[in-house]
Amino acid sequence: MALIELNDVRRVYDLGEVKVHALRSVTRQIELGEYVALIGPSGSGKSTLMNTLGCLDRPTHGSYRLDGAEVVTMNRDQRAKIRNKQLGFVFQNFNLLNRTSALENVELPLMYGNKIAPRERRDQAMRMLDKVGLADRYHHHPSQLSGGQQQRVAIARALVNQPAILMGDEPTGNLDSKTSREVIELFRKLNEEQQITVILVTHDANVARNARRTIVLRDGEVVEDTEDFQLAKAALEEAPPLTES
Amino acid sequence: MSFLDTIRIALRALLKNKMRAVLTIIGVVIGIAAVTTIVSIGQGATQLVSGEFEALGTNVVLVLPGQTRRGGVRQAGAPTLTAADSDAIGEVCPAVLASSPIVGTAGQVIYGHDNWNPKELQGVGADYLTVRNWELEAGGFFSEGDLQSNAKVCVIGQTLIPKLFRTVNPLDETIRVNNVPFRVIGILKKKGANMVGDDQDNIVLMPHTTVRKRINGSPLDTVHAIMVSARSTEQMAQATREIELLMYERHEIGPQEEADFSVQNTTEIAATLGIITGTLTLMLSAIAGISLLVGGVGIMNIMLVSVTERTREIGIRMAVGARGKDILRQFLIESVVLSCIGGAVGLALGTAASMAATMLINAYKPGTDWPMVVSIPAAFVAMGFAAAVGVFFGYYPARRASRLDPIDALRYE
Repeated sequence: MALIELNDVRRVYDLGEVKVHALRSVTRQIELGEYVALIGPSGSGKSTLMNTLGCLDRPTHGSYRLDGAEVVTMNRDQRAKIRNKQLGFVFQNFNLLNRTSALENVELPLMYGNKIAPRERRDQAMRMLDKVGLADRYHHHPSQLSGGQQQRVAIARALVNQPAILMGDEPTGNLDSKTSREVIELFRKLNEEQQITVILVTHDANVARNARRTIVLRDGEVVEDTEDFQLAKAALEEAPPLTES
Repeated sequence: MSFLDTIRIALRALLKNKMRAVLTIIGVVIGIAAVTTIVSIGQGATQLVSGEFEALGTNVVLVLPGQTRRGGVRQAGAPTLTAADSDAIGEVCPAVLASSPIVGTAGQVIYGHDNWNPKELQGVGADYLTVRNWELEAGGFFSEGDLQSNAKVCVIGQTLIPKLFRTVNPLDETIRVNNVPFRVIGILKKKGANMVGDDQDNIVLMPHTTVRKRINGSPLDTVHAIMVSARSTEQMAQATREIELLMYERHEIGPQEEADFSVQNTTEIAATLGIITGTLTLMLSAIAGISLLVGGVGIMNIMLVSVTERTREIGIRMAVGARGKDILRQFLIESVVLSCIGGAVGLALGTAASMAATMLINAYKPGTDWPMVVSIPAAFVAMGFAAAVGVFFGYYPARRASRLDPIDALRYE
């Protein structure tokens, strides 16, 4: 049994007059410990797929089994629990709480999980910040940190509950190339050393190349799923069929 | 998320916008302060009233001629009570301590070149002081012998001394009441004003027989009222019953007939007055409550703004695992914290205001001793009310926050 099993997953946005098919039919499996990049042009459905995988959104059709449990039929609270325990998110714009210290940002997922003593919670958050190299920045607020440091706080926050999956939605989109490399290196290390499953949405070729598997989406469908980045690149650059225009 | 964490987060969120929090709180502060002040002053009034009745003697029962039950064509204030009734009540009824007939009159009192119209010119029995629980400052009271002989003696209240006698010792002086000379044989102790603010010391007491025959010139042997005191406040009801039974018998009233007298005890009057002051307090509280309502709407408004402003924060919290009820609780506690701070400040202000009001009343109306009442239960009620306002007006915004879609919330700019 794979960690993630998507079976004929579709997502339709009903905008009243028109129905937008963000995901037409996706059937895919991701194993524990994989490092996957989701790429595709804008509007290809990669963010929708990401939100679905992250239990932030619910598909309108199909089945999504995460570690054997069906997510589609879960209620909001159950999905919140999954986001808390099994998933960690890293966003393009970091999404840290302003005017709140790095430490408290990292403590946040622990507050919503099982009850643990405040001291223990603090220690865990500190250890996680140490791991991402921010041991001297506990009490800095996001506005006092550089972009790369903020993203590392976000990664620490995503990992503090020891989730199985780390999800990144354009995690390097707001970073310069040097810090991007550092963040990517961190992802690779986490994947290799701790067997954390990493799923990234990106349109940065350097980020995608770092992944071991690349899934290419176009118009809500998977057009390539390969471990050879050159194939993926080719699929991405391939012009859409003429019949569609 | 633990309760303590939630409160900490709420406080921090409020501190980020201090000015806004303060302005929001003011609405609740005014509401709670108004309610507290009004309730406190109202309770002071109630206590003052019941205090007056204690001074009058909470154990006092008034027997009145059949007037209160006679409307329409029947004659009001029929002369049906006699001094003998009073004597019988005092002797026969076991729950009765003492009884005195009351014969009222009005007129002028003259001493030397000065004259004065006392508020009360009353003919009473020998036991009057016992009934009223009143004492003499100097001299004595008239006796049964004085009553029988229609003696022209009187006992005066404190107010008359400066008005008529100035430096002269009133004892054994002769005053003229409606041109009938009376010798002053006693001076009453000061009793102060009653609840309506009337000076109770503005009084001249004379034997009721003398008043009836020499001042009122009435040929009848009737009195205007009989004032009775029960042995204790607890025995009031029993005394009332005994008096009624005795009077039915003495006046030969059958079971089907209408009584030609009525018995009023002061607890009834006190209760009536209690209802009046209570209603007044309730009405004023309702008006004050409206300001609390306005304060609540203010909280709701600010919470709605806050939810919109912090949509992203809500999205972030949801993304890391906050459930709807975590978000609901966070915002609800924020509004309750707001309203409770408002409640506490309002309570303090209201207490200060009612203290000031009490001092003003006592300063500008000498003789009244308006009590300062700070009731602990009322304080709890006020705080509870403030919290309820927070929950009531915070629920809708909090619920809105908890229902947000995590993706939309995260994308919100």
